[in-house]
Amino acid sequence: MTDQAYNFAYLDEQTKRMIRRAILKGIAVPGYQVPFASREMPMPYGWGTGGVQVMAACLVPEDRLKVIDQGADDTTNAVSIRKFFARTAGVAVTEHTTEATVIQTRHRIPETPLKPGQILVYQVPIPEPLRFLEPRETETRKMHELEEYGLMHVKLYEDIARHGQIATSYAYPVKVESRYVMDPSPIPKFDNPKLSGNPAIQLFGAGREQRIYAVPPWTEVVSLDFDDHSFHASKAPHDCDLCGSSHSYLDEVITDDQGGRMFVCSDTDFCEGRRARGMKGRLWAPEPEAAE
Amino acid sequence: MTVLERIVATDEPLLKVDGLTKRYGSRIGCADVSFDLYPGEVLGIVGESGSGKSTLLSCLAGHQRPDLGRIAYDGRDVLAMSETDRRRLSRTDWAYVHQNPRDGLRMGVSAGGNVGERLMAVGARHYGEIRGKASDWLGRVEISCDRIDDRPSAFSGGMQQRLQIARNLVTSPRLVFMDEPTGGLDVSVQARLLDLLRGLVRDLGLSVIIVTHDLAVVRLLAHRLMVMKSGRVVEQGLTDQVLDDPQHAYTQLLVSSVLQV
Repeated sequence: MTDQAYNFAYLDEQTKRMIRRAILKGIAVPGYQVPFASREMPMPYGWGTGGVQVMAACLVPEDRLKVIDQGADDTTNAVSIRKFFARTAGVAVTEHTTEATVIQTRHRIPETPLKPGQILVYQVPIPEPLRFLEPRETETRKMHELEEYGLMHVKLYEDIARHGQIATSYAYPVKVESRYVMDPSPIPKFDNPKLSGNPAIQLFGAGREQRIYAVPPWTEVVSLDFDDHSFHASKAPHDCDLCGSSHSYLDEVITDDQGGRMFVCSDTDFCEGRRARGMKGRLWAPEPEAAE
Repeated sequence: MTVLERIVATDEPLLKVDGLTKRYGSRIGCADVSFDLYPGEVLGIVGESGSGKSTLLSCLAGHQRPDLGRIAYDGRDVLAMSETDRRRLSRTDWAYVHQNPRDGLRMGVSAGGNVGERLMAVGARHYGEIRGKASDWLGRVEISCDRIDDRPSAFSGGMQQRLQIARNLVTSPRLVFMDEPTGGLDVSVQARLLDLLRGLVRDLGLSVIIVTHDLAVVRLLAHRLMVMKSGRVVEQGLTDQVLDDPQHAYTQLLVSSVLQV
């Protein structure tokens, strides 16, 4: 069987229409979780089946695609999904945030600011922010309907009571346009401020849980907090050891078993871009050119 | 004006119930129940198992919808209210104390979080103030303040019940529903809890509807008493009057069934 035996972007047209309807509804009601008939995808749940379906419904042949996994373009999940769409849709791919028209992401928002016209698609494991506090779906829907969000603050209260500060560091709950409380997917809370007033369209797809939600461009997204314990977008207190950036989100990399470690940007494209412009970090040593 | 003066100053009932009926298919849950409850008044509902006490209470508290009848709270028709308003009422002006504290508490959340939940539900967003109020209320129900960060699962049954009461009263409700609040507690703990409840009811001027099958509880707490049998009210009146001079055959049986120590 050739790759052309598949419909453009793998899913059939009727399925894509159904997903597009859910996306449009999600954009019309920012932060509201729209149920949709999630399909089986040729990858396991937890690999981003929701994001992939939303992506398939958004793609057009002229698109240029970028996929990141925890900020990186070169990890298994990112490489597999990029290849998947390169084969089934034949669209152009890129690793540069600025050149991409559609970006699928897992657990990060790119450091480079997004532009109008770009679409950012998130993979979401559990779309319901109230789930761990209230296990009943009927009840959580009712709470969204009636805007009963006191429980979300009980979770933050517990954090402060136990740890002295709000210890939730990822999937930090937000309120969209002063109405729906939303799980921003497991992005670090460092990325939360980038959700708000973003010129790109942000779409969230949860395949196993069969929910799609959206944050339209220029939407106000506020991280929940207390008056006397305000939200703080935290990161490791270091500079990137490769590009020297002091304002990007960092991964800690263990380099030996003697306690050696380095901090590097989790956004690989951002880091490479800075190094290409000549910025250097503490440990950056360019690889010597291979002998001709 | 003190709480008592305020209560005396008003002669409007806080809760008016008229012809309340709830059927389960062809069976009767409770039928044609009517009563008025005035501010600061404690109404006891007694009866054997299956007499419709709990059905009546859950209809009143909005957990079930009655088939017939009217409920007016503070002049407003509760059954005609939108769900948003009714739920807001039930987490501000009303409180519901479950028989089993596990039903009324969040077992995975600390004592302070449990008490603070209702405050946060009505918009409190200052951690220090929420915590201050929580520790104040723990003190009022005789739970020491150093237990504020412990989970209810680490508490004894009596402490859990007192915690549930604190959690319910923190938003200063005016009407409290209690479903056998002393059930499952041993007698000495029961006595302390009743003592505590009596103090709180008096100090805060609460109106209470208390469902129980324990006549000692109503003797101590309730001003008025309603006796139910097979879903119907068979006798009602002042507590002492009903208990000391029961008129209906069932009430006589009930009163004479109490074991004397």
